Amino acid sequence: MIVRENCGKINPERIEEYIAAGGYEALAKVVLNLTPEEVIAEVSASGLRGRGGGGYPTGLKWATVAKMPTGQKYVICNADEGDPGAFMDRSVLESDPHRVLEGMAIAAYAVGANHGYIYIRAEYPLAIDHLQTAIKQAKRHGLMGSQIFGSPFDFKVDIRVGAGAFVCGEETGLIASIEGKRGVPRPRPPYPAVSGLQSEPTLINNVETYANIAPILQKGGEWYASIGTEDSKGTKIFALTGKVENAGLIEVPMGITVRCIVEEMGGGIPDGGTVKAVQTGGPSGGCIPAEKLDTPVSYKSLLELGTMMGSGGMIVMDDKTSMVDVAKFYMEFCREESCGKCIPCRAGTVQLYGLLNKLLNGHGTTRDLELMENLCYMVKETSLCGLGQSAPNPVISTLRYFRDEYEALIPS
Amino acid sequence: MATLSTDRPATPTDKPVLDKRFKAIEIVIKRNHYRQDALIEILHKAQESFGYLELEVLEYVAHKLQLPLSRVYGVATFYHLFSLSPTGKHSCIVCLGTACYVKGAGEIIAALEKKLGVKLGETTSDGEVSLMSARCIGACGIAPAVVFDGEVAGRQTIEAVCDRVTNLMA
Ligand SMILES: Cc1cc2nc3c(=O)[nH]c(=O)nc-3n(C[C@H](O)[C@H](O)[C@H](O)COP(=O)(O)O)c2cc1C
Ligand code: SF4
Ligand code: FES
Repeated sequence: MIVRENCGKINPERIEEYIAAGGYEALAKVVLNLTPEEVIAEVSASGLRGRGGGGYPTGLKWATVAKMPTGQKYVICNADEGDPGAFMDRSVLESDPHRVLEGMAIAAYAVGANHGYIYIRAEYPLAIDHLQTAIKQAKRHGLMGSQIFGSPFDFKVDIRVGAGAFVCGEETGLIASIEGKRGVPRPRPPYPAVSGLQSEPTLINNVETYANIAPILQKGGEWYASIGTEDSKGTKIFALTGKVENAGLIEVPMGITVRCIVEEMGGGIPDGGTVKAVQTGGPSGGCIPAEKLDTPVSYKSLLELGTMMGSGGMIVMDDKTSMVDVAKFYMEFCREESCGKCIPCRAGTVQLYGLLNKLLNGHGTTRDLELMENLCYMVKETSLCGLGQSAPNPVISTLRYFRDEYEALIPS
Repeated sequence: MATLSTDRPATPTDKPVLDKRFKAIEIVIKRNHYRQDALIEILHKAQESFGYLELEVLEYVAHKLQLPLSRVYGVATFYHLFSLSPTGKHSCIVCLGTACYVKGAGEIIAALEKKLGVKLGETTSDGEVSLMSARCIGACGIAPAVVFDGEVAGRQTIEAVCDRVTNLMA
């Protein structure tokens, strides 16, 4: 374990225990001995990719922000954890908040920022509480504030609490929300790295991404890159839930098979049922059918199956689960969470939901199925932000592997 | 939902300051140095003090931050956690995240709707219980989860939930 190595071992409300476990050593090393370029080189060498869903190479993102002219820059930690059925970030923030703060401070040093924000969902009061305590303690220990470790590097962090909107996990929506506005996404480019919070260059990374940073700087990028597969390095936390014996969080090296996660670590399906599919990527993802369980988990392999890594939700469905109903569940989610800015997503999700409902009620026709499939691609290709672009994924994916379930719903 | 009429008295702020709930909001506004980007923080506090965001409260916040009411109203209606109408004395929030859904949260909601005689998102006519849903409260490991008056209960069944609600109302 890398990210969760301290979880459950140290008291998250005592900075002394984090420090005793080697905490803030990486920050000291970075601030005192390394140049920002060297830090970014190390992160790039690690091969770390964003854990928030997109999987963008972290080193590359840092380099883009660092390249922007000196001046006001921000780092943001995305702790909105919107995928319904995932709670990795919550656990990291609750049980090891300093790890995230240290990662953010290192990032700020590397890109030339002096101000950070953590955008966290209001549904996580304990995590908010532990973060506030952690920030206070870090300030008292001189690990946050001005002239950290006696160097010219200043860094402070503020917490912003969300108010329940999935679309605020999208980076431009999140920035609007931090500015106290409706969390509506805007077209990119310009990317936040160029023009983000208050139109200044802004680095946005996910909680788990930041939690990987201190160990990478401690042990080196090469060490990190030795774990995992060709395109996916390090470990990943999954929230294993659904019809599985041992539900909970697991941190596994990339490249492990889905079967190993579900059957060996998860203990298989209770009451002797059989796995029908495993859903990953939440409302933006898709499913892995039982016959593909031996696929190793990596960004690339999951994309090839028509799903995605996502933030790490992994929901096991047994033979009693209706895949069409699951698709409807996600479509309802996207319909409710669509911010309404662009028509394909605002109207398309309503129509897709209606068609799925019609099918499930036994009133669907072959024509409806065709219409639905076409509409999926239209919404995917013409929506403004990631929410709309990926909203049809659960339908497309279940159609790909379980078309017979859809067809069986059409009265002959 | 509250409708906005334009012919209200133009000075909504003089009287209510006497109410100590408005004082609580004012403290947060001051602590945020009247910054307009702290609007969401302030609305959280306002909702905590009043239980929901009534029009008078939105007007107060708009006035204090020197923001147009439309902007404050726009933000208040955008986010799910802000409520513009009063909620019941007790709350029953059923998690409708994926893990809870696959484990039968849908059936639990149907049973509660029947028992309470309300639809999801509504409050019983006697103002006792509000039936609401949430999107993953991070308790997926003990799905399906229901939050009764702020207290999380895991591995719920239809019978258990109905019993709890009966107790809440007693
Ligand atoms: C609709 C939508 C919701 C998202 N929700 C989250 C989220 O809850 N948490 C998160 O870290 N990233 C989320 N993202 C991804 C972010 O936009 C962004 O890519 C990410 O925070 C970047 O961090 P990373 O590079 O460390 O992954 C979401 C994206 C979209 C389009
Ligand atoms: S795709 Fe959907 S969520 Fe994204 S901007 Fe358009 S309407 Fe809003
Ligand atoms: S899905 Fe209900 S707690 Fe996560």
